[in-house]
Amino acid sequence: MHDMSAPAAHHGAPTSFIRKHVFSLDHKVIGKQYYALALLAALIGMALSWIMRIHLGWGNFAIPGLHLLSSTGAPGNVLTPEYYLQLMTMHGTIMVFFVLTTAPFAAFGNFFLPIQTGAEDMPFPHFNMMSFWVTFVGFWVLIASFFVGDGPTLGGWTQYAPLSAIGSVGGPGQGLGVVLWATSIAIFCIGQLLGSLNFITTTLDMRCKGMSLMRLPLTAWAWFITSVMGLTAFAVLMPACILLILDHVAGTSFFVASNLVINDQVLPHSGGSTLLWQHLFWFFGHPEVYIAIVPGMGIVSHVLITNMRKPMLSHRVLIYSMAALAVLSYMVYGHHMFVSGMNPVSSLAFSFPTLVITIPSTIVVLMWLGSLYGSKLQINSASLFSLGFISMFISGGVSGFFLAQPSIDIMLHATYFVVGHFHLVMGVAAMFGIFAGTYFWFPKMTGRMMSEPLGKAHFWLSFVGAYCIFMPFHYLGIAGNVRRYQAFTDDYLIPLIPVHKFITIAALITGFAQLIFVYNLIYSRFKGPVETDNPWQGTSLEWSTATPPPHNNFGATMPVVYHDPYQYSVEGASSDFVMQTSPEKINNPNEEK
Amino acid sequence: MATTLPEPPKIERDRLPSQGSGNGGWRNLVPASADPRQVKDYSPPPASTGIWVGLAAITMTFAAFTSALVVRQGGAPDWRHITLPPVLYLNTLLIVASSVTLEIARRRVAAFMGGLKDPAANPARWLFVTLFLGLSFVAGQTYAWLQLKAQGFGLATNVSYSFFYVLTVAHAVHLVGGIGGLVRVVGKLNKSVLRRSTLDATSRYWHFMGVLWVYLLFLLWMKL
Amino acid sequence: MAKIFAVTIILIAIASAVPIVMHMWPMPQDISTHGALIDEQYADTMLEAGISFLASQFLLAFFIWKFSAPRPGERVKNFPGGATGLVAAAFLLVGTEVLALGVFGTKAWASVYLTPPAANAVPVQVQAGQFAFYFRYPGPDGTFGPIHPEQISEANANFFGLDTTHDQDSKDDIVAAEMAIPVNREIHLLMHSKDVGHSFFVPELRIQQDFVPGLDVSVHFTATKVGRYEIVCTQLCGLGHYNMKAYLEVKSQEDYDAWIKQQSALQ
Repeated sequence: MHDMSAPAAHHGAPTSFIRKHVFSLDHKVIGKQYYALALLAALIGMALSWIMRIHLGWGNFAIPGLHLLSSTGAPGNVLTPEYYLQLMTMHGTIMVFFVLTTAPFAAFGNFFLPIQTGAEDMPFPHFNMMSFWVTFVGFWVLIASFFVGDGPTLGGWTQYAPLSAIGSVGGPGQGLGVVLWATSIAIFCIGQLLGSLNFITTTLDMRCKGMSLMRLPLTAWAWFITSVMGLTAFAVLMPACILLILDHVAGTSFFVASNLVINDQVLPHSGGSTLLWQHLFWFFGHPEVYIAIVPGMGIVSHVLITNMRKPMLSHRVLIYSMAALAVLSYMVYGHHMFVSGMNPVSSLAFSFPTLVITIPSTIVVLMWLGSLYGSKLQINSASLFSLGFISMFISGGVSGFFLAQPSIDIMLHATYFVVGHFHLVMGVAAMFGIFAGTYFWFPKMTGRMMSEPLGKAHFWLSFVGAYCIFMPFHYLGIAGNVRRYQAFTDDYLIPLIPVHKFITIAALITGFAQLIFVYNLIYSRFKGPVETDNPWQGTSLEWSTATPPPHNNFGATMPVVYHDPYQYSVEGASSDFVMQTSPEKINNPNEEK
Repeated sequence: MATTLPEPPKIERDRLPSQGSGNGGWRNLVPASADPRQVKDYSPPPASTGIWVGLAAITMTFAAFTSALVVRQGGAPDWRHITLPPVLYLNTLLIVASSVTLEIARRRVAAFMGGLKDPAANPARWLFVTLFLGLSFVAGQTYAWLQLKAQGFGLATNVSYSFFYVLTVAHAVHLVGGIGGLVRVVGKLNKSVLRRSTLDATSRYWHFMGVLWVYLLFLLWMKL
Repeated sequence: MAKIFAVTIILIAIASAVPIVMHMWPMPQDISTHGALIDEQYADTMLEAGISFLASQFLLAFFIWKFSAPRPGERVKNFPGGATGLVAAAFLLVGTEVLALGVFGTKAWASVYLTPPAANAVPVQVQAGQFAFYFRYPGPDGTFGPIHPEQISEANANFFGLDTTHDQDSKDDIVAAEMAIPVNREIHLLMHSKDVGHSFFVPELRIQQDFVPGLDVSVHFTATKVGRYEIVCTQLCGLGHYNMKAYLEVKSQEDYDAWIKQQSALQ
């Protein structure tokens, strides 16, 4: 007889509203909070991209009401050059940190990792709660920079020194704006470190009886690998931000070199290293790309398996490939700095691991394609977005061949080719992963289904729209179109403006499609048809518990796991699928022991 | 192929508590008896895994600071040699001593739980000594900062001082976290239940802070 | 739905390839001696990336088309050869491909960055500042005078902070707002940043290099075609970034000599 008397060091179910919905220790509530934050951030980020796109297509177009955001930044509702850059910086920062990191990793991971591992909760629920609220504060610190001083920073999400470190002489937002930016990111790092700590420990220590590591679903693996990356990457970005803040508020010279002259005045700094910031930033920055995309890989695999009614060609190969991506991601960051003035021999040294990283990426794609072969594919919003993810991942991936080579990078660095590459592979693909996860897990998170017709409309507009936006980016880049320009005044760029107009129209339509999603999300939350516990006939643990899951995830009895996560279409089994918790004996030679 | 129902695969035996419930040890976090001073001889894994994960993150942070120092020093025209305040060496002794006293406390707890309920072996005393030494270290570091400040060497005086302050303050902030952990341990020991894992995790963290300090002292002494 | 989706993927893949194949928005023409290597490397990569792109998209579309409408009672099938074959293919095909690209690409990179400039290369210094480039030629003495940051003055047009009264080397230095170079002569470009990070990008010249504040870097190149080209800044440097540019005039040796003479008279 087990000792079931006490709820252990574990927290009991909260009763007050505040402890239930605001300062909740429950990983499921925290996951939803992260999702809501990511949704808000995504809408702000998207609105910023609309403003930018309109400005790039029609520079003098007055956007009604824009002066309300900033009377100096948009006099007469038309963006000033500096305000364009400020909005661009905020778009990048909000999207990378508060959408692409929070939604696929922190939101879904929080909700489903403990359930999929068979745990009652994360091992450190207080850290988990702090993780969200710290991130929440970080978000508002960043947003605050819109409304104080001369607005947000214009230095780009990469915040290259010394522009980011010299203070307000560098331009609008380079004083207080940068300090708020760096503070926000440092706070964000703390939040993600606490989250990663919980994720890793949950995966290693909290698995239920019978849940060996290889029996974890691919999503759990993806979140685990991502949290290992997050732990190392954010632990490096945080000190970098602290040094940047010190250069501002304490007058130190970590990143600002001697004898810099602005407005005929020599700056009072000495000896700082320009490249130091880039090294620290990209040591974080490249793993960050994989932090955004690896959870998507897990989600897409998970969704597809359920909709193909067959397991992946090889569970292990996918896991090893994702792990290889994580390890390699630390050895390739220098490919962002090929023409930065870094030693040209190191450029070659960084080029080879970058090229090698295409091998695990290719294996992942081949695993997906090979698994599609001979499947019984069901088409729904979730599987459409998963297949769309694969298409986007291929399209964004092949441009990596070019950017991995320093010689070609001479031509393509800092052009729209790069912008197209990373938007497809870490922006659109990762967003598709989030959408696939949302359509798939919504019934488990809320107990209701999302509207399929609206979901499909959302998919078609997003899929075609995203290609219309981001494929032309590559052509622009090949033609030499430099990024981060608010207008194209160079002789050789003027003929490219019609392409920009086309992209702007596509962006507006694609953005509109996202509003369908938001409507679907909110409408279905309250009015969607009520679903059963296992609408997709899935096998992993989240489908064996009630909907929505009880406070301790599984109710009175904790699950015991007997099978691999994906037992679909098993020969001789009583049904099409065998759940992980089902003690039914099956004859599957491929099952992990 | 076996004909019986497949058994759930064996999960790591050593992770299981002695009377284990099988759920990763969750059920065993609270002692079955009502004895408030009872200390269970079982480390639930999450705390011990968690502390290693946390230490890995701290290691990365200080590795980042170190590489920043090395890169910044390389070819910098303004890199100057500075003399470290002598009180740092005394502080080093304090923090090493505190590790020793904490280790004594930890072993006494282990003996205490092993059935050797010798009241004289009360570990609280050694924990208080550790706490005192830890606070003395922070006071000593503060003295070093104030001393430098009084000599006119501020954070922005020279990059060597910048790194000195950044590294020592970052270490002190982490160490204060360790002091918080010790206070928690003392509180738990006196009031309710001390889990062995809490003490183990805290002492691992504390020893790590000591090792980190010795490393930082060496780095500062070498490079500045 | 699945079949429409499959067709859509194929149409998008083809539509994506058309502008590349048709050279609708081509790379700017190449006017450098080293550019051919880069262009060749680019073309090879485009071929391999293009094939990978089309092949994988087609395969994805084909599988979606074929396996989305199973007949009732149909069993799932495994990919022939299983995972091992695909992993081996990835290692062999992609591995060889990227290794080949990497090794051959080294040649193009080395020709720009790993060779020293010729001894008789024409030295030109470029200074980037918010938001303009300025160029300096050493004059008859072949030596650049020292830069005095505290003497930099936009108002007095002393963009480099030269002290022509005290520094002998500075007296004959020629400062210009546009860059003229002789055709078919190697140029040794010394890059100096006045304030923040900038970049020197001439697409026709196949040269892009960041300025590093506090650290002077250099590149060398040879232009092969007379003409007027744009130099643009590609490193975000502040609000005027989009408008930071200068012109590169590639001139015949005679025209260049005349230009130098004329500029020298203007100093």
